[in-house]
Amino acid sequence: MLRFLPGTLVLLVTLTLTWVLNTKQGDVPPVARLLSPYRGFWQNGETEADFPEQQTLHLPGLRQPVRVRFDDRRVPHIFALNDHDLYYAQGYLTARDRLWQMEFMTRVAAGRISEVVGPKALEYDRFQRRMGLPFGAENSLRSMLKNDTTRLVLESYSAGVNAYISSLSPKDYPFEYKLLDYAPEPWQPLKCALLLKLMAWDLSGRSDDLRLSNILSKYGSEVTRDLFPDYPFREDPIVPVGTPLDFKPLPVPATPPSFTAALSGKVPQREPDAELGSNNFAVAGRRSASGLPLLANDPHLQLNLPSIWYQVQLHAPGQNVYGVTIPGAPAVIIGFTEQVAWGVTNVGGDVLDWYQLKFKNSSKREYWHAGRWKPVRRVVERIVVRGLPDRLDTVLYTHHGPVVYDQQEKPFNPQTPTQHAMRWTAHEGADEVLAFVKLNHARTYQDYDRALHTYGSPAQNFIFASNQNDIAIRPNGRYPLKWPEQGKFILDGSDARADWQGWIPMTQTPRVQNPARGFVSSANQHSAGPDYPYYIGWDYAPWDRGHRINQQLAKMRRATADTLRLLQNDNLGINAQTMLPWMLETMVGNKMTDREFPPPLPNTPNGEALGVLRNWDYHYTTEAIAATIFELWYQDLVKRLWEDDFSKAATGLEMRYPSRDRTNQLLLSQPFAARYGSYPASPWIDDRRTPKKENVHDLLAASLHFAVDSLTRKFGPLGPKWGWANQKSTDINHLAQLPGFGHQDIVCAGSPGTVNATGPRNGPSWRMVVALGPQVKAYGIFPGGQSGNPASRYYDDMLESWRVGKLDELVFLRAADENHPRLRAAWRLEQ
Amino acid sequence: MKSFSVLLLLILVSAVLAQLFLPWWSVVPLCLGLAAWRSTSIGGAFLAGLLGAGLSWWLPAVWLNTHGAGLLATRVATLIPLGGNTGLLVLVSGLLLGLAGGLAALSGALFRWAFAPRPAAPAKA
Repeated sequence: MLRFLPGTLVLLVTLTLTWVLNTKQGDVPPVARLLSPYRGFWQNGETEADFPEQQTLHLPGLRQPVRVRFDDRRVPHIFALNDHDLYYAQGYLTARDRLWQMEFMTRVAAGRISEVVGPKALEYDRFQRRMGLPFGAENSLRSMLKNDTTRLVLESYSAGVNAYISSLSPKDYPFEYKLLDYAPEPWQPLKCALLLKLMAWDLSGRSDDLRLSNILSKYGSEVTRDLFPDYPFREDPIVPVGTPLDFKPLPVPATPPSFTAALSGKVPQREPDAELGSNNFAVAGRRSASGLPLLANDPHLQLNLPSIWYQVQLHAPGQNVYGVTIPGAPAVIIGFTEQVAWGVTNVGGDVLDWYQLKFKNSSKREYWHAGRWKPVRRVVERIVVRGLPDRLDTVLYTHHGPVVYDQQEKPFNPQTPTQHAMRWTAHEGADEVLAFVKLNHARTYQDYDRALHTYGSPAQNFIFASNQNDIAIRPNGRYPLKWPEQGKFILDGSDARADWQGWIPMTQTPRVQNPARGFVSSANQHSAGPDYPYYIGWDYAPWDRGHRINQQLAKMRRATADTLRLLQNDNLGINAQTMLPWMLETMVGNKMTDREFPPPLPNTPNGEALGVLRNWDYHYTTEAIAATIFELWYQDLVKRLWEDDFSKAATGLEMRYPSRDRTNQLLLSQPFAARYGSYPASPWIDDRRTPKKENVHDLLAASLHFAVDSLTRKFGPLGPKWGWANQKSTDINHLAQLPGFGHQDIVCAGSPGTVNATGPRNGPSWRMVVALGPQVKAYGIFPGGQSGNPASRYYDDMLESWRVGKLDELVFLRAADENHPRLRAAWRLEQ
Repeated sequence: MKSFSVLLLLILVSAVLAQLFLPWWSVVPLCLGLAAWRSTSIGGAFLAGLLGAGLSWWLPAVWLNTHGAGLLATRVATLIPLGGNTGLLVLVSGLLLGLAGGLAALSGALFRWAFAPRPAAPAKA
């Protein structure tokens, strides 16, 4: 028998090796399956032959032939003879380019990542579910399916996606499926709703209620009102102050007696990025060279690959529209038709509130509300975890909404207070898809007006322009009808008067049409001035971008599409322009202060830095050294000002800093002598952790030293390496953070506070300029490409144009057989 | 030498054909069986398995690397990480399958020797 031993041993080794190479080991993919040239990633390559100039695809369920032209950016121009076929083809072609991305994002929204990557995503999945993203998606889907048009659109789109999925064998699966070792599942309309909820979370999922309640408890209402005002010192609202109301406002609910929320020490780890924002602006015909309006939009989102957006032209009887879509959702989200153009930016309204609950006992089956015990609805979430048994998680629902964390267990997002129910507009059913479908058909201002009525969440500033010389903007969505400041702090969940009591009527949302100033714009600032009758929110983006845009628009005469493109790429920092002269003046001082507070000598590093700053024109260009120094200097100054009063490290409480506007106002209002301590200054300036009494000059000097010192450590002595692009280091990463699949350290201008809001990870995810006319002309670019396949040249072919601020002219066809020099392929889809 | 080449060729051709229809690991029983049937030396069996199975990946990988998959291969070679070197990625991929194939062929040869301790002249081709 012994003679079989060697063979058996080697066979065992062979089988073990085979098993190891064929199986996903933790995060390591099944190596041999991934690397096999027969079925692995090598099969995902793309040659010219994979994209024929002419072909006919036979797809089950199509009713009539569909013609598709592709241009040199691989944008599909779809010509269908009925709406079913149009959205079917949109679903099919989007899936062909972006299947993995669209399916992965719906799993992110639904809290189903553990199914793919195992237990490390479990807390994430629980969080998504307890926040009620799938709950909101189900509610929206119910509303959407009630409408025949929306139902047709969603079902046709899903059928198209499924037609593509069922045409695939495992060797054709997009690369990421092979890497993560799983397979696509059938598409359903629910997934479209989930994607919209994920967008709502990104754009309206931030809430500072807990932090503000803590501040109120610690410092009282006077300080809170002073440092966290409902309307900023400097503001340039979207609907200009003085715009007449065309409606009679409803009475708002009475403010109930004040409620002192329990202190909570839970802290934010994961919440949507505060720097997500966007610009849109339109000028009236009298400001343009053509005499007809121009419109521009650039939504700033986290920059990823595959690209967030997917361009498409949709043509069917009654519509011809071009623009960007969210892969996985039907219809064009931002775009133009032959007569009109529209775009969106986010509304920073307060549409997410927390209610402190009182349970009857620890079993948490009843809660106190309106003078009686009400039953808690218990929903069991089943989370499938790869490699482990399913996890069950019970979520408690009150009439307010879900209890995101119901016990003192590890909260994944500690912005979310324990024992609180969450009320959020994204949990409500609304038919956003119908709003976009109607916009896709729009020809006039009236069409735009009608389209917006079913739009719920996330609230957006819908900008509009038409070739009938109308321009308009409307911060639109469902806003709860609130008493002033309702939901700025944690609300009493047992008091019915604290409930949301109806909605601001859709005909009374802030709006302006053809204003006298000849332009409309938004950059996430306040929706309207203090003369608007309803409370929508208090914490919006700083005024910088909005102010700069309005300043430039007010100067425009004979504007062209290129004028708007240049404004999209504007790099002037309003914050630097506001603060730097004051910072320099305080650092330098005068003869009176020189003895005690001598300015840094010109040949010292700090002195050299001041010299560079003094010659700066406040533009965040790629090589601007001053931009690098200023950003760090200012940030550190703000930190030194507020850290002792509002940081968790110093106070033990989860709080936030006052806004940039309030910070600047406080600093700029200090009299000259007070900045050096020879006259009483604001008590907030002193660092209460030190025995010394700090003054403004002390803070400025310390933060300048900090900035120069840390930049010297990072880049060496002051020189070209300190250039802004080098410091900012814009990265565009693959959605799954795969090294080698993104682009790092992209040399591009702009900063989060400039109109060209390009930051380290966020930036203009789609820049579009439309010139309305008898023949509409439009331009656009996004930082990536149409294809989601990392093997394709079209994965990132638009990145370079985006980087330098150029736009492509968009190919907009009137008919399927129109000739255009940039068309590359013509396909037919038929049964 | 001739019988080694025959075994190598047999393994290569059958490995390519098998993988067109079957999972990659079909080369394991193939190498084992072919080596048990036709191997003349233990070392030769291992080498024939290594090269035969390895070439069944090297050849198509080299082709695909220059026909559409090069860009993705560079990205994968960065992810793995092999410094973005696709040549190295091709080499390593083929070696992995070659190792599995070589070991399978080795065990096949060992079994052949176990059944027939003193093999006669190599079987006729």
